[in-house]
Amino acid sequence: MDFFHVIVVLLESTIRVSVPLIFAALAGLFTERAGVFDIGLEGKMLGAAFAAGAVAAVTQSVWMGLLAAILISIALSLVHGYASITQRGNQIVSGVAINFIVAGSTVILGEAWFRQGGRTPALGEGSRFQTITFPFADSVREIPILGPIYSDLLSGHFLLTYVAFAMVPISWWILYRTRFGLRLRAVGENPGAVDTAGISVIWLRYRAVICCGILCGFAGAYLSLAMTAGFVKGMTAGKGYIALAALIFAKWRPFNIMLACLLFGFLDALAIRLQGNPLPLIGQVPVQLMQALPYILTVILLAGFIGKAIPPKAGGVPYVKER
Amino acid sequence: MDNIAIELRGIDKSFGPVHANKNINLKVRKGTIHGIIGENGAGKSTLMSILYGFYQADSGEILVDGKPVAIRDPNAAIAAGIGMVHQHFMLVENFTVLENVMLGAEDSQILNKGIAKARVELKRLEREYALEVNPDALIEELPVGLQQRVEILKALYRRADILILDEPTGVLTPAEADHLFRVLEQLKSQGKTIILITHKLREIMAITDEVSVMRRGEMVATRTTAETSVEELAELMVGRRVLLRVEKGEAKPGEVKLAVEGLTVKDGRGVTMVDNVSFNLRAGEIVGIAGVAGNGQSELLEAIAGIRRAVSGSVHLNGKPIDVTGHADPAELRDRGLAHVPEDRHHVGLVLKFEECENAILGYHHDKRYLNGVFLNIDAIREDAEKRIAEYDIRPPNPRLKTANFSGGNQQKIVLAREMERGPDVLIIGQPTRGVDVGAIEFIHKRIIEMRDQGKAVLLVSVELDEIRALSDRILVMFAGRVVGERDPDATEGELGLLMAGVEGRKEAAE
Ligand SMILES: Nc1ncnc2c1ncn2[C@@H]1O[C@H](COP(=O)(O)OP(=O)(O)O)[C@@H](O)[C@H]1O
Ligand SMILES: [Mg+2]
Repeated sequence: MDFFHVIVVLLESTIRVSVPLIFAALAGLFTERAGVFDIGLEGKMLGAAFAAGAVAAVTQSVWMGLLAAILISIALSLVHGYASITQRGNQIVSGVAINFIVAGSTVILGEAWFRQGGRTPALGEGSRFQTITFPFADSVREIPILGPIYSDLLSGHFLLTYVAFAMVPISWWILYRTRFGLRLRAVGENPGAVDTAGISVIWLRYRAVICCGILCGFAGAYLSLAMTAGFVKGMTAGKGYIALAALIFAKWRPFNIMLACLLFGFLDALAIRLQGNPLPLIGQVPVQLMQALPYILTVILLAGFIGKAIPPKAGGVPYVKER
Repeated sequence: MDNIAIELRGIDKSFGPVHANKNINLKVRKGTIHGIIGENGAGKSTLMSILYGFYQADSGEILVDGKPVAIRDPNAAIAAGIGMVHQHFMLVENFTVLENVMLGAEDSQILNKGIAKARVELKRLEREYALEVNPDALIEELPVGLQQRVEILKALYRRADILILDEPTGVLTPAEADHLFRVLEQLKSQGKTIILITHKLREIMAITDEVSVMRRGEMVATRTTAETSVEELAELMVGRRVLLRVEKGEAKPGEVKLAVEGLTVKDGRGVTMVDNVSFNLRAGEIVGIAGVAGNGQSELLEAIAGIRRAVSGSVHLNGKPIDVTGHADPAELRDRGLAHVPEDRHHVGLVLKFEECENAILGYHHDKRYLNGVFLNIDAIREDAEKRIAEYDIRPPNPRLKTANFSGGNQQKIVLAREMERGPDVLIIGQPTRGVDVGAIEFIHKRIIEMRDQGKAVLLVSVELDEIRALSDRILVMFAGRVVGERDPDATEGELGLLMAGVEGRKEAAE
């Protein structure tokens, strides 16, 4: 295998592992920009993955699976919203609670319904996403450089992969070019300004939280309907936290989020690649180090070494008018 | 009979235990400037926020142009033609001026069209009212005066006919305030109605047609401005006669209590904030430090109080050195007789979420009086707090109330009571009356002079030149971190002003 080929394969798997990160980080972008911090991305993604796996297995329809994922994820978001927006609870506590509840209940429900040790039944062709092959992908593969890039890197992904990358400019457009986006960003900075401008802070934040639910639904569905054929317990394996790290690393900006997710995805892909393959000169690189790198990079960023991450000003603080 | 633009009937509002507005009635005539004065905490902002729909009244009725309207939220108020410039600006700091003006009045789902329209409209308003501001500037990069302008533009953009301004001049220089008043006059001449809230009597006399006075949640009087006087309004505000100037006898300075020698302080970025400052503070005298805010006074105070490290120089308290360049410990300094009333009482002086009685012993909690072995003696603490509350007339007189629920003046009294009542040898005070009402100012000033007469040494920092001149026995003027001159308290305002602007000082230093 020549070096170029190795790179293509590596980048291809980078894209594959980045997709759920992009969905989840964009989901976090919507709520956090509206001032609701969300550490529960992990739980929502996991709940969505389970719902997708279970419903797709039962209905034999990938679309029903996707729909279920989105609905469950929205429902969990609304729980977080109710706790942190309406009841003005602690957003971190609420998010952590969701993570725990989902981690436990998916296993219990999965076991009760399917009796496969917390898994959902393996999905067949029709009940999961298939890769999409671009026209002429096979015939142009032989063209040097451009061929493999077109046939292996760009072609041959799942529909949701393309959706994820499309969501980056779409999210940017919503946040920066629409009325909803203007108000959403405003409510994350100074809810008082939004309130006195005659806009409901509560309703606006709920809408942001719902957007987050939808995107987390996609992330979860990708895990159990595309990346693997069915739900496996704990299958998010910390991706929600990595997405959160990517969100901070990207300083709450859509295009930065894509780059951060690709970077973190690349580290992940590299870690898998390097497993058992010592590097020349350096030798064996511990996998754990590679897995910790996203967090280490984020901490370095927060410590102020790579620019400055300024979170939305009103983030994490419930809106209280009357003390 | 003139038209009534706004009528409030029986407005009542409580925040938990605080009864902020009690059965308020008010009529505002169309096309006039109507002043509302009252001490801090009188309930002015609350009343106006109810009119603007920001808070909901517990009971009462609002009439606009003679018709009752239900103002359930700011949207309803905007629809009724009411605009408000809040005391604490309601702006999104990292948005541009244009975005702030548009917010909530964007016209369409997609921003592009709205932006173009807003730009045109903003230009028109700017020209009409001489309210220039760059529409693409970020709010956080604008000085406060311009931020306020944006707030006014926001209201005008929404076509407000009735404009409420809550303490608008608190953040303005005198020149900016004059400009604001000209804008208000112009708005009035176009038939708009203006409600101006302030606690500055001079402004009321200068610009309003009528004035209503609030006191402790009640509307106590409405007067035609031309037929009233500063004295009458002050009395109505406070509920008794007030002395607008302080009376004090000769100072009898004694031995040196605090000796500052070559003190130099740098800020986090390494900029010199206090530059080689030396002075002595004697028992039985008040030394005032005058200067425009930001010329190193704050840093000087903090360095002496041991909460900011100096790079060089020395400070002696009662003849013994304070480790200002090392690890000066505020708790230890307190034990050695140095009391500090910080400039920023919200962040440094008080824990707003604590009860009053807890704040009343903050920093003195290890005093044996308040302890039962290792536990706090709650009864003793409350008893002590009640005594303090009575002495300092802290209102409401409830030691269990959350400190955040006291008005600024009363919060300041809590801090003063705490620091003054231990009988310190040296008292250093920053901005003793910032955000404090007339009645409380008089009280605080008297207390400071009493301290001096008891032979305490008082170092006073204030940006209010009047206050410095009224209280001090000697005035030091700071400019750009240096003490540029020392004057008697009978120095003219002009003379001190030149020093503060750094004009005179340079000459003096050169000689
Ligand atoms: N949002 C609020 N929550 C609780 N208490 C408040 C709130 N706003 C004001 N208060 C209390 O109501 C009283 C009146 O305050 P305010 O209307 O701000 O007075 P003013 O504007 O005249 O200084 C004060 O005691 C204040 O502490
Ligand atoms: Mg007020």
